[in-house]
Amino acid sequence: MSVVSFLSSRHAGIGRHVLYVLRSNPVTAVAAVGAAALLFIALFGPLMVPYDPLASDVPIALQAPSAEHWAGTDQLGRDILSRLLWATRLDLAIALSAVGLSFAVGAVIGGFCGYVGGRLDRWVGRFVDVLMAFPLFVLAMAMVAALGNRVENIVVATAVINLPFYIRFARAEVNVRRNAGWVEASRACGDSHLSVVLRVLLPNVLPAMAVQISLNLGWAILNAAGLSFIGLGVTPPTPEWGIMVAEGARFITTGKWWLVSFPGIGLMLTVLCFNLLGDGLRDILDPNMRT
Amino acid sequence: MTDSPLLEVEKLQVAFSTRHGVVEALHGVDLALTAGETLGVVGESGSGKSVTSLAVMRLLDRAGRITGGRVLFRSRDISRAAPADLRALRGSVISMIFQNPRAALNPIRTVEQQIVDVLSAHGRLEAGAGRRQALDLLRAVLIRDPEARLSAYPHELSGGMCQRIMIAMAIACEPALLIADEPTTGLDVTTQQTVMELLSRLQKERGMAVILITHDLGLAARWCNRIVVMEAGRVVEQGETGALFKEPAHAYTRRLVAASPTRHSTLADLAPDAPPVVPVRREHKPGTPPLLELVRIVKSFGGPSRAVDDVSFRIPPGGALGLVGESGSGKSTLSRMVCRLLDPDDGDIVFEGESIARVPAREFHKSPRRGDIQIVFQDPNDSLNPRYTAFDSIAHPLRRLEKLRDGAVLATRVRDAANRAGLPLDLLERFPHQLSGGQKARVGIARAIAPRPKLMILDEPTAALDVSVQAVILQLLDRLRREEGIGLLFVSHDLNVVRMLCEDLVVLRAGEIVEAGPSRDIFQKPQRAYTRALLDAVPYFDPQRLMRPQALSA
Repeated sequence: MSVVSFLSSRHAGIGRHVLYVLRSNPVTAVAAVGAAALLFIALFGPLMVPYDPLASDVPIALQAPSAEHWAGTDQLGRDILSRLLWATRLDLAIALSAVGLSFAVGAVIGGFCGYVGGRLDRWVGRFVDVLMAFPLFVLAMAMVAALGNRVENIVVATAVINLPFYIRFARAEVNVRRNAGWVEASRACGDSHLSVVLRVLLPNVLPAMAVQISLNLGWAILNAAGLSFIGLGVTPPTPEWGIMVAEGARFITTGKWWLVSFPGIGLMLTVLCFNLLGDGLRDILDPNMRT
Repeated sequence: MTDSPLLEVEKLQVAFSTRHGVVEALHGVDLALTAGETLGVVGESGSGKSVTSLAVMRLLDRAGRITGGRVLFRSRDISRAAPADLRALRGSVISMIFQNPRAALNPIRTVEQQIVDVLSAHGRLEAGAGRRQALDLLRAVLIRDPEARLSAYPHELSGGMCQRIMIAMAIACEPALLIADEPTTGLDVTTQQTVMELLSRLQKERGMAVILITHDLGLAARWCNRIVVMEAGRVVEQGETGALFKEPAHAYTRRLVAASPTRHSTLADLAPDAPPVVPVRREHKPGTPPLLELVRIVKSFGGPSRAVDDVSFRIPPGGALGLVGESGSGKSTLSRMVCRLLDPDDGDIVFEGESIARVPAREFHKSPRRGDIQIVFQDPNDSLNPRYTAFDSIAHPLRRLEKLRDGAVLATRVRDAANRAGLPLDLLERFPHQLSGGQKARVGIARAIAPRPKLMILDEPTAALDVSVQAVILQLLDRLRREEGIGLLFVSHDLNVVRMLCEDLVVLRAGEIVEAGPSRDIFQKPQRAYTRALLDAVPYFDPQRLMRPQALSA
């Protein structure tokens, strides 16, 4: 058996495993299709939109959905469908980078706390407690207000308020494994404490954290949209779901339902999709689920 | 009691639905038990002995169900009884004790509360007398200082005491049948013996029937009237203990009997099919320093007593030394220090004339000696990274210590190590959960020998394995030592196993050396009372001892 065939047979095994998980769990399969569609829209949406999302055309403002404008137009006559598709890229980018950031930082900090224990663990633990004592959304608002209304700051604020969950989660998961035989075995195999945490323990807590990541993605999207909704996030006229909901909300009393409904449905489906994806993601990442 | 059996299992079939379809675990098991009898169910892991007991108790998990046959208890079929009837039966008329007593007790309730719970669940609680009833039960299981234990939580008690409390709860409602599933596995040998003595005494006092499920032929032989041998979901042989073990009829029973170490067996006796070992003569110049020398090692974890106290010994090049003691004797701490995973407080560890204790354990992964000292861990299930395939596990030390990249050289070295450890190459791409216990043990050994160490520390490498697998693994280790000259530090609680593999022996107790010297001498003429107690407690499989089973005397 050559190394190449050895490696390829392992990848074939992973492919089969993914198929098995999706087949045995139709909800995950639906969520996976949804997530793939979202990613596709985020990548290629701007190329396929029918209208410029920023071009206003006041004469056709506030038109109901029609053959020309499938989702209607807003108060400046911009095409809502185009804005919706454009916004997917920004919203997903904010959510993914915020969750990625808090996962990377939180898993490493939590991993070391769980492995080392002692004073480091106590201090970080108290810091996390203090952080969690704040109303998290208010904390994010304060951070964006202080740092400025920029996309990077929304990402940082969203990442910071998610950090405590990752730290606690990684700490607990690493802590139960740190005395396992295979951890000692990797030290006998020449791993330093550092590489035990980063290369041995953290990959092992990944399946459990996948659920957290997935749930968090939906949450981060809501958080970013929420910040934009109250005017502390992305600034108009940039298309963003939160802004679109905020602007559309003014017209709902006059029966112009499409301004708020379509971005709202987009948000809801996206969050739902990520929430449903979590369990499947864990099953895919967990080697114990393979046969 | 009449002569009609208390429990009859007829053609019992159990199937589990799994990802690969329905898997049949029991293919028609028949057994019978009369009141007051002790029946031993022996077999190796996967033979279906635990599934049988769970099916009798109707405690199979959701995936499993009884697909055929009957379970008659006092001539009543309980295999299809209603859940409410079963609840009334379980814990009162039929009760069960499990392998890991600590896991079976509720950690947040006191001993008294848990015993009272059992009594009240079956309407046996006398008003206002719960405490007295609990106390009586604790006295019945001969627990020391029973008044104080009533208010204790499980974590405050030793494993042996937890098992006594499990037994107290199991006999609380005076059951007619007690099922004991590996009741002493995981306990120290001396504790094992007292727990078994207690069980057999209670059985006679109360006229209970007992089903003892065990992988340990020595234990079954010593305490059971009749034996049922199971293999792969079938009963292959059953009969009266003495006759069955004296002249086993079935090939599987014969293999089990052969693999069970007796007082006089050698490694070659245990697995007669193994190829003979060709020892390599190694020339050692007179001035060669010992492979390993421990000088007055001391280690304390901050408690009132030291975990390791002033321990010194040496292993010659290619030698094998056994380190024997019960849990808490400091043998694992010592092995971690020799493996340089832990720093001693005082003393020196000299490896081939070079002091290696000066490099702190934290930095030892960089030492050129790291690959020379390797360790095989106790529980093969716990010692392999769940995310690594067998290939990755064996490649791990090579990648880290020899900086080998993926490629032909690495693959060759991994396959070579797997071959030397007797691991079939087609298993290399499997994950640990796809391997059996014996296969995992081989992966652990292959990983340890991959960097070509000079000293291998074996921390109870066979404690979690079936006897036939144990026999093969012991032979493998002996072969590695004799053919490749790898020195062994064998850490174990089982004196008999150590005796076969090691010429020298160190007996530890509470961190101190009780007795040290050549294995043969210690085994034949133990100088210290503690060593004698250890030797007596090992439940040897000994056909001579069967002829007068203690279970019937007393």
